[in-house]
Amino acid sequence: MRNAVNVRSVSKWFGAGESRVNALRKLDLEIRIGELTMLMGPSGCGKTTLVSVIAGLLDASEGELEVLGERPAGMPANQQILFRRRNVGFVFQQFNLLPALTAAENAAVPLFIAGRRQRDAVAEAEAMLAELGMANRSHALPGELSGGQQQRVAIARALIHDPRLVVCDEPTSALDAESGHSVMSLLTRIAVRADRAVIVVTHDNRVVEFADSIARMEDGHIVEVERKRS
Amino acid sequence: MARIGQDRMRGWRLDAMDFVAIRMLTGDRGKYLGLVFAIALSSFLIAQQSSLFAGLMNRTRSQIRDVAEADLWVMDRATQYVDEVYPLRDDALYLVRGVPGVKWAVPLFKGQAVARTTDGRFRSLIVIGVDSASLTGAPRKLIVGSIDSLREPDAAIIDLAGYHFLFPGQPPRLDALLEMNDHRVRITGICDASPPFTSAPVVFTRYNQAVNYLGRQRTQMSFVLAKAHSGVSPAEVARRIGAATGLRAVSGAEFGWMTILYYIRNTGIPVNFGLTVLVALIVGTVVAGQTFYIFTLENLKQFGALKAIGATNWRIVRMILLQASLAGAIGYSIGMGMAAAFFEVSSRKEALRQMTMPWQNMAGAGVLVIVIVCVSSLISIRKVLKLEPAVVFRG
Repeated sequence: MRNAVNVRSVSKWFGAGESRVNALRKLDLEIRIGELTMLMGPSGCGKTTLVSVIAGLLDASEGELEVLGERPAGMPANQQILFRRRNVGFVFQQFNLLPALTAAENAAVPLFIAGRRQRDAVAEAEAMLAELGMANRSHALPGELSGGQQQRVAIARALIHDPRLVVCDEPTSALDAESGHSVMSLLTRIAVRADRAVIVVTHDNRVVEFADSIARMEDGHIVEVERKRS
Repeated sequence: MARIGQDRMRGWRLDAMDFVAIRMLTGDRGKYLGLVFAIALSSFLIAQQSSLFAGLMNRTRSQIRDVAEADLWVMDRATQYVDEVYPLRDDALYLVRGVPGVKWAVPLFKGQAVARTTDGRFRSLIVIGVDSASLTGAPRKLIVGSIDSLREPDAAIIDLAGYHFLFPGQPPRLDALLEMNDHRVRITGICDASPPFTSAPVVFTRYNQAVNYLGRQRTQMSFVLAKAHSGVSPAEVARRIGAATGLRAVSGAEFGWMTILYYIRNTGIPVNFGLTVLVALIVGTVVAGQTFYIFTLENLKQFGALKAIGATNWRIVRMILLQASLAGAIGYSIGMGMAAAFFEVSSRKEALRQMTMPWQNMAGAGVLVIVIVCVSSLISIRKVLKLEPAVVFRG
């Protein structure tokens, strides 16, 4: 099985001198394509930093990172943005939907950024929302949606441009157990594909059943990788 | 790379992300209206106050503007502006007439007099004494009566606002009487003269009568109005008059600006109006800037999400500039509408008649609104450019 992400001896620190904080310490990890990998660990162990580095939102301080066969660290800034725009989808803990846009418009934002015509992009987003069981709520504003519905809009936004890597940061932490289960179930059904890797950062033990692999972190290290599929 | 370049290549044709920017701006009604109102109020004050100032300054030269026939105003070299006149000797008129290139030259008297109305009230007024033969300097726009009526004994033409001032509540009618310096004055015409700076009534009469209304002095001629022969430039004739007589000869436009500049230099009027404009600019910039900055701060996570998803810094800057420009354009339009409404309503008041909003003041207010918009958006742009997209992962 091919790897979507290869992390080799990656460190990330913030600040310098005595105030330096080591968030990642010579960390190694392989994320397989076609799988949903969960990144678990206590608060402050470096999960969010690791996923930010993998998604290209932060540069590693040292080490090697390969994402979808490319080395984003070696790319010029604009090319990094373009790589991220084309290949990475995001689901955020707090959804980060634009409150003034409807559900369909929010889901269409990555297509807007890519320069697609508004009408075409929104039509595509409506189809995606229908697939996520939100057909009758596509014209609602985020404020009119429940937490679970907002997260489904966020999932639609993460998948609308057909990325090969989907990064989800605590997608269930703002939801109740039932909604969380429902969101993870949807994510597994819609997002996981043979040509795509899904990384879910979570400390929610209720959703581990959806994982194909679980990487456990502590103090900036991967301490255990559990693969449910060989 | 190609797609990143297209962000710029698309130029300013509105696209879907511009639509997102506009929806973000208008989605928060309170801040949007606050932003627009701040810019509207600021641009209104800037345009209205600067236009009032321009109108007021224009009034200082109203008696000069109303004399259309003459090319040149000849005066004592000590005269600095139209309201403070050093009288000329009587022979000045003949000296000017003798200068080559002068087609004609006539005397003009200007002074302040006190008139008594038939009901016993006293009023200060401006007396213009025009050449008795040619009536050069007399008003051209008569509402009632005729210019030729000035040739009648004791005749005078008064401006409409002055008539209302002296005869409140009375409809314009001829043969109303005044008394000046024990002389009877009969109103034989009512004209539409440019409003003077002091709002005092303006009375036009023949030169000899005007002199009697104020009491004789050793010298009394205020100005000589002169016309240049065709084929000789007024500027050249002015130079020749200056050389031949030692007097100052200037065009009406030049004399008008001399008067305006005198008032600007020697009164507190520009400082007062200037302060109001400055305060409007500062308050507009601060309020609009702060509101827009708070708006940006509250949307920081959303901007961070857009950056994470793949929006370039240029795209975010463009969104902010569009939001600020839209608020600026709407605020400016409302402000200009308010200012136009003010001048439309105030023009019906006699005291504020002919006060208008010149296009130059509208354009100036527009430039200052652009400054407000730029300053407001620069602070927000700086904040967003420094924003790391990874901020979206911090709950």
